[in-house]
This record gives sequence, C-alpha cells and structure tokens, in this order.
Amino acid sequence: MSDRSHATGLGEEAVVAASAAVPAAAGTVRRRGGLGWWIVRRLAAGVVVVLLVSVVVFAATQALPADPAEAILGRGATPDRIAALRAELGLERGLVQQYLDWIGGLLGADLGRSLAANVPVGELIGDRLVNSLVLLGLAGMISLPLAVLLGALSAVRRDGIADRLGLGISLVLTAVPDFVIGMTLVMVFATSVLTILPAVALIPAGSSPLAHPDTLVLPVATLVLAVVPYLYRLVRASMIDVLESDYAQMARMKGMPRGVVMRRHALPNALVPTIQASALVLGYLLSGTILVEYVFRYPGLGSALADAISSRDLPVIQAITLIYAVAVVAFNLLADVLTVLVTPKLRTAGR
Amino acid sequence: MTGLMTLRRAFAYPQTVIGAALTGLIVLLALLGPLLAPHTPTEFVGAPLSGPSGDALLGADQLGRDVLSRVLHGGRSVLWMSVAAAVLGVAIGVALGLLAGYARGRADAVVMRALDVVIAFPQLVLVLLFVSLLGARAWLIVLLCAVAWAPGVARVTRGIALEVGEREFVQAAEVLGYRRRSIVLGEILPNLTTPLMVELGLRLTWSIALIAGLSFLGLGIQPPAADWGLMVNENRNGLTVQPWGVVAPVACIAVFTIGTNLIAEGIARTMAGIDRKDGG
Repeated sequence: MSDRSHATGLGEEAVVAASAAVPAAAGTVRRRGGLGWWIVRRLAAGVVVVLLVSVVVFAATQALPADPAEAILGRGATPDRIAALRAELGLERGLVQQYLDWIGGLLGADLGRSLAANVPVGELIGDRLVNSLVLLGLAGMISLPLAVLLGALSAVRRDGIADRLGLGISLVLTAVPDFVIGMTLVMVFATSVLTILPAVALIPAGSSPLAHPDTLVLPVATLVLAVVPYLYRLVRASMIDVLESDYAQMARMKGMPRGVVMRRHALPNALVPTIQASALVLGYLLSGTILVEYVFRYPGLGSALADAISSRDLPVIQAITLIYAVAVVAFNLLADVLTVLVTPKLRTAGR
Repeated sequence: MTGLMTLRRAFAYPQTVIGAALTGLIVLLALLGPLLAPHTPTEFVGAPLSGPSGDALLGADQLGRDVLSRVLHGGRSVLWMSVAAAVLGVAIGVALGLLAGYARGRADAVVMRALDVVIAFPQLVLVLLFVSLLGARAWLIVLLCAVAWAPGVARVTRGIALEVGEREFVQAAEVLGYRRRSIVLGEILPNLTTPLMVELGLRLTWSIALIAGLSFLGLGIQPPAADWGLMVNENRNGLTVQPWGVVAPVACIAVFTIGTNLIAEGIARTMAGIDRKDGG
C-alpha cells in the first residue's frame, strides 16, 4: 500500500512517480548487459528478500515475551503439558537449528503442524488459499479492464462533468477503509436497505465458492471498489500525459483520427505504469482480502489467519504470513519484469 | 518553500477546505465527545439492540449500552493512535531516507535492502504478525504502523535527498567546507517540506484505516472500551434490527479518512504546481 502514495491523489504526479522506475531499470539493464542476465539478477534479489522475510517471520515468534509453549497454553497449564508442547515444537533445539529445520520443511512443502487442529498446516489452509485466490482473481479480472476503460474515457473527456465526478468519487473511495466499504455494501444490499444478496458467505467446507456465485458478489465488489479508483486515476493521468505530448498532438494535427491516436499511442504508453501498478495492486488486494473475508465471514486465507491468531496457532500464523509476504515479493518481481518487457527502449537495451 | 506557504496554497483549492472541515469535525467530535456524552460508554440504558428513543438517541448496542455515548467516547483512541503512528512513521522514514540518500555507498545499500524486507509484508500482515504474538497494546500497534510506513517515506526522502545533493548549491556548500550534517539539515530538509506534508497526510489516512481495521478484527482496542472500529464488529450481528450501532461508527471513520485524504490531495496539488513551474 505504501507505493500507492505516488498516485493516490496526485494526478499527473502519478506518472512521474510510476515511470521514475523505468530509467533506473534501464540503467541496470544496460550496465550489466543482457536482458536475460538482468532477469536472473532480479530473481536472485527476490530470493534473498524472501529468505530475509522468513527470518523475520521466524524471529517474530522468538519475540514472544514468554516461552512459546507457555504462551500458547496460557497461565493455567501444567508443567507436564508445557514440557510435552516444548518437545512437539522442538524448542529444545538451538535457534539456528530450529530455523533451518523450519526452512527445510518449507522447501519440502511441509508447512508444519497446526497446534489447534492437529493436522498438517498445508491440509488446513490449502482450500482456504484456493478460496482467497478465487476472490483475488475475480477482483483482479474485473478491476484492471474496468480501470483502463474508465481512465481512458475520463482522459478523453478531460474536465468534463463525468471526469470531475469520477475524480471526486475516486478521491472518496481511495480514502475509505476496505472494511467500511464492505460494511456499507452489506447495509445497502444485504440488510438495512435491500436484502437481495447474502451478507455472509456461507460456503460449506470442501465446496468451491464458484458453486455459490451469489456469496461472491459483495466481497468481490468490495475489493473492486477498493482498487479501481486508484488504478483509474493512474490510467487517466498517464493517458492525459500521452495525449498532451508533442507526438500525439502532431498525429492529431496531421489528421489522424482521435480513435487511432488513442489506440496506437495513448493506450500502449499508458499501459507501462498500469502494469507496474497492477502488480502492486494485486499485493494490496491480497492483504485487503483479510478484512474483506472477515466482513463476509468468507472462508479464505485471511479468515484462517484471524482464526489462528485467536487460538495462538503459531505454525499456522507463520505459514500464512510467509505466504502473503512471498506473494508480494513475487508480484513486485513480475511488475519489474513486465515493465522491462513492454518498454521497447529497455527490452533492446542489452543488445 | 515553507510549510506555511504550502498550506496557504493548498487552501486555495476548495477540496482542501472541505477536507479540513471534515477532519476538524471529527477531531472535535473525538476530543469533546466524552464531555458531551449523555451516558458513560459502559452504562446500560435499555434492552439490547433497542431502537432510538428519547434517552438513547441512536438506540442501544448489542449489550444495551448507549450507541451515541459510545460513538462520542470512541474517537479518542483512533485519533491519537493514528496521528502518533503517522508522525512516528514519517520521522523514522525521513531519518533512514536521509541517511541512505546522503551517505550513499554501503550505508545506502544496507538501509534500502533492509527496508525491502519490511515492504515485502503487506502492512496489515506485518502488524497482525507481531500483535498476535505480543498482544494488542496501543503503543505496540502505533510502533508497528510506524515501522510499516517507514520504508515508503524513506524511499521518497532518499530520492529527493539524492536529487538535491546533485544540485549546484549543495555541492557549492560542500566545497565551501560546510559540515555534511549542516548541509543535510540546512539545504535538503527545506526541499522536503512539501513532499513530507503529503506523506504525512497519506500515512495519517492509512493509519486511521489500519488502526480502525485492527479494532474491527478485534485486535486493537479491547472491550469494554468504546472504539469506532470495535463498535462495527460488536454491532454487526444486530445490523438488521438496530443499524445505528454500525452506521454511526462507520460514518465517523469514513468522514475522518475522507477529510485527511482531501487535505493530502490538496497539498499534493500545490507540489504538482511547483514542479510544472520549474519545468519539471
């Protein structure tokens, strides 16, 4: 979310900020020679960040003020039970050994064992992860085209009534927290004003949310309303920049129809910052799903995290926070690579 | 460009004025609310989830406490916590950004890579991870929010510090033998004023969202205290019967964030104006 700062409210500023990353990447690509090599280096940097992230997640559990076993069981626990849990958690091993065992398990797709449910963490959160990805995927597939469409329309009719209205609405929606948008939708469509949609996503365990499309409408709508305003402003600002540029003006002057200028010049150029922002938005949506899932009691990864927190289920908390962080790193990586691939100047820089 | 000049320019835009009015309304409500509240936040005034009456203008909550009084009491926590988180986050971010942007070289690389790790966590996840382990304490939440905001602020600061460091007047000061520290404080900081005011406004908006969201998840201010985010969570089960318990705190949070965001946007517009005049 912090990277939203550049575009949350800044109009043309957004483009300056978003495209500022491009020359930096260009320098890197050129200096180190070769696009393939650059991608390899970028991947390696991503892996290093992921490793450091795993250290932070592991260290967080060491920051517990008391012994983890005591903290999990609470004050009334008998010494026997504490000793048993200490053995189960492997707390007798050295810190480095504990970390290496944990990482080793992760590489072998073993996320550990849930303390509350006493099943492998992977089993516990597998379905939840898929459910969250359904939410994320649907929200992304609706948000991106919608934002590009609205941004383009707004840019073409700059300072018109629709443009001003769109800017005003987007200013309000980017400010308001996601759960407030969600609760408002619940009140309007599910409880107080209308009752045409379910307020709560009642999806039985083992059943796909796609089999219950009505329960998906409000959660997806909440996420869409949370990110479209931001992307819309970004697309609008980049479009306006391109349309005002000398070459686009020239194209219009020599008689090229407006539609062609839009398609050939404005859209492709506006896509670069949009692609970068989209990957960031995916990361934002991912954490946005935590609160939105809680609002609609949707059985996803976020609500699994909330459950794990209330039952102090350390292995589950560790696994889920790590999944979120790795996803953000991956999305950022994707953004950088896509930016280079869609920018001709950068793509050929290594040749 | 001093902060005062920036503010004066920002208030030339009507949206800044509207934003300041909305923010001022909520700040007054939060600060004076407890003095105006007809009941204490934990006093029982009627049947659970009973509708508005003469004694309880917005009805009673799920335990039978006065919704209006709880709304009037419930703003202080989110107000002081979000302001503290935003100020602290910007302060940490500026310090790290200046260090990285002015020292450059190895210090720069170490600081920025460390911040890459922090930024890899979605803010809510970072805060949840530590709050879930260490307990929901107000100062801890403030500190974690600040840590979550610091990398973004540091990146902005570093960028400006690098750019200003290249300018002739800073290099001239360096040649003239001024100490590096006084150059940073004397020459780079004034250039940072306006961008940092924008950062502060945005981080404040997000702090409100994050802190209210934590309370909504039940991991912020703990019951029986009155808090807007917590109230939404407590009363949402009674939404069909007594909507006021949710509508009132939701409206307060929304107005607060919209207000601070409008101010941030207004200040950002003055910055875009300066850039254009400079030919940037």
